[in-house]
Amino acid sequence: MTQEHTLKFKTLVTVLLMVLCANVGDLLLKRGMTQIGAVQISLDGLRHAFLSTVQNGTIWLAILFLLGYTFCYMSAVSWADYSYVMPAGAFGYATQTLLAVLVLHEAVSVKRWIGVFVICIGVLLVGQTKPNTTNSQQAAS
Amino acid sequence: MIKMILMLGVLICSSAGGDIAMTYGMKRIGELQGFDPRSVLRFLGRAVKCGWVWLALSLLGVSFASLLILLSWAPISLVVPASAFNYVAGTFGAKYLLKENVTPKRWLGVALVFVGVLLVVATG
Repeated sequence: MTQEHTLKFKTLVTVLLMVLCANVGDLLLKRGMTQIGAVQISLDGLRHAFLSTVQNGTIWLAILFLLGYTFCYMSAVSWADYSYVMPAGAFGYATQTLLAVLVLHEAVSVKRWIGVFVICIGVLLVGQTKPNTTNSQQAAS
Repeated sequence: MIKMILMLGVLICSSAGGDIAMTYGMKRIGELQGFDPRSVLRFLGRAVKCGWVWLALSLLGVSFASLLILLSWAPISLVVPASAFNYVAGTFGAKYLLKENVTPKRWLGVALVFVGVLLVVATG
């Protein structure tokens, strides 16, 4: 296996883990925010939303998954290009929409599914490009 | 509708800015050398000493708060794909701030992601 293949495999596994954590985390966030109710944009509304959020167990569980996402993301961008990792993670939009239908029973129109399909084609195109086009230190210098 | 678009704007700007600052910071502290606890702790130790990581975390905190607000207003199948608008801003940031080489094929992929997101948002 060449170095480039190893890098692609490592990046793919990390991105898949990243997507899984993000999907579960977002679903739990939606469930938690549904329990809390629509946030009012006022001082009292924001204070009430903040207190309800920090006391909600579902939100904390969501945060745990999102921390997993953040760790995978931080690892991935430490060796791969941001412009590779970011769109590659967009595959999660398809799985997220599917989970919204299956778990939260949201209605998703044909047009929205077409949009999700176009996102996936874009993601496949990005996935065929080199994960790292710069030197790690070069980008920061 | 206007307040939702404004909140979406806050989400996109803070998210793209946070991602770019995080990538810049991560490139400065260097690659994670292994997944054993010692390497991970050393990696996290380097990360907490980097100002760019703290700037990124602050922006991502704003992004998280705006995501929570949006999720309390609208379905997840609309909010999450709509947040992908940051892909365009992010790719421009990657090219001009992080000096990454974005190939035409990658630009095409990102453009398709953008069109897909537009279609998703148009159904909202």
